[in-house]
Amino acid sequence: MPKISAMTGNNAVAEAMRQINPDVVAAYPITPQTELAEEFADFVANGRVKTEYIPVESEHSAMSACIGASTAGARTMTATSSAGFALMWEMLPIAAGLRTPVIMTVVNRAFSAPLNIHCSHDDSMGGRDTGWVQIYSENAQEVYDNLIQAVPIGEDKSIRLPVMVCMDGFIISHAVERVELLDDEVIKKFVGEYQPANYLLNVTSPITIGACALPDYYTEHKRQHSEALMNSKDKILEIADKFYKISGRKYGLFESYRLDDAEYAIVIINSGAGVAKMVVNELREKGIKAGVLKPRIFRPFPANEIRDALKHLKAIAVLDRVDSFGTGSTPTFTEVKAALYGITKPPLMINYVYGLGGRDIRLEDIHKVYQKLIEISKTGKIDKVFDYLTVRE
Amino acid sequence: MKKLMNRKEMPIGSVIDKPGSSMEYETGGWRNYKPVRDTEKCSNCLICWIYCPEGCIKVKDGKITDIDLKYCKGCGICAEECPVKGKAIQMVEEKKEG
Repeated sequence: MPKISAMTGNNAVAEAMRQINPDVVAAYPITPQTELAEEFADFVANGRVKTEYIPVESEHSAMSACIGASTAGARTMTATSSAGFALMWEMLPIAAGLRTPVIMTVVNRAFSAPLNIHCSHDDSMGGRDTGWVQIYSENAQEVYDNLIQAVPIGEDKSIRLPVMVCMDGFIISHAVERVELLDDEVIKKFVGEYQPANYLLNVTSPITIGACALPDYYTEHKRQHSEALMNSKDKILEIADKFYKISGRKYGLFESYRLDDAEYAIVIINSGAGVAKMVVNELREKGIKAGVLKPRIFRPFPANEIRDALKHLKAIAVLDRVDSFGTGSTPTFTEVKAALYGITKPPLMINYVYGLGGRDIRLEDIHKVYQKLIEISKTGKIDKVFDYLTVRE
Repeated sequence: MKKLMNRKEMPIGSVIDKPGSSMEYETGGWRNYKPVRDTEKCSNCLICWIYCPEGCIKVKDGKITDIDLKYCKGCGICAEECPVKGKAIQMVEEKKEG
């Protein structure tokens, strides 16, 4: 029987990790991920999991240890935030290039400077092109569910890639919510045993990991990797379907909220989507056809599916909790805009940066965005494509 | 030239899935200068054999028999370390084809 519990996002991740019971966890504490790493360390110390916990001296070592453990044939997990993510950077494309199914929770936190421990999507969005699968989660329930699904996604024979599962630092990681937990046995069966295609500790079939590939071979390796990530969408949906059967909770590549007949939509990732959905409900009561598209799988980016979900709209605002400095745009905006390239009469599109360093996004802020969408739809004119929301000018 | 594998033929994750495959990579192709040994001057002290980073100095019964040019990169360490006066190994520029 599923158990209903009051948990923070960090509690929910630690609990999912306990149920997954990975062979190896190598992690280093960093706010706001610390509680998660500590709680899992308790599970190890109290013998509630069989995991080998490596308390490494840095995040660079954490990811290095994860890659080593994964290539040795172990199911491997870690978690980090912000500067920790940045310190792992060198190893992130290596984890992906070696096709190790390492699973990492990213508790999204802003980069310094100025020093800030609260939520921006600087870390994971900065790492969006490191070749990992990226899954974003609106709340504690979603991060729990996504982490469990990340195991079969990363380990699938046709994918074999590391997966990062992201949630908003503090807003989700430290807020207590209702979380529905599945039974240990159900999770155990769902994730199954890790069956690596090849691994270093297999003495009967020796392999070399991390060899060099010169200009005559490097391109083919990247092409293989690119194809595996691009082709993983169907499998991700198949796994979501299997997860639905055990949980009753449906997941897609993204969530469409009252979007089918909508005229105006906001595209927004993670916890901010909750605020946007609430505003949509208020607007709908007034007869305004508003909707939300909340990306879940950001890598691979489901461009065609998002195009089909958005193409009928009059106007779209893409909101990101991160700036892509110097582009006058944000990561999700460039992707969404590119996805809509080439269609006849594309929707009008505007872009906002919001909520940096943990600044709250409030209902009235989202209302302003929808009002702007209505206004530009009427006039057909966009005065500013890119702007900051809630900033003191 | 050896036929290169396409992406579908290659193992996943840049793994090398069989041992000893470095033998297939003939690093002799990197060479601009090749070591030429003067068998008259050579004292068979085997200093070059110790220093050669590629194991290209072939020895039988305590005597140098050959230098394996299939793998010799032409680094010149053997010639540099040769203690014989006037050097028993000289680096000679390869004749470029075409």
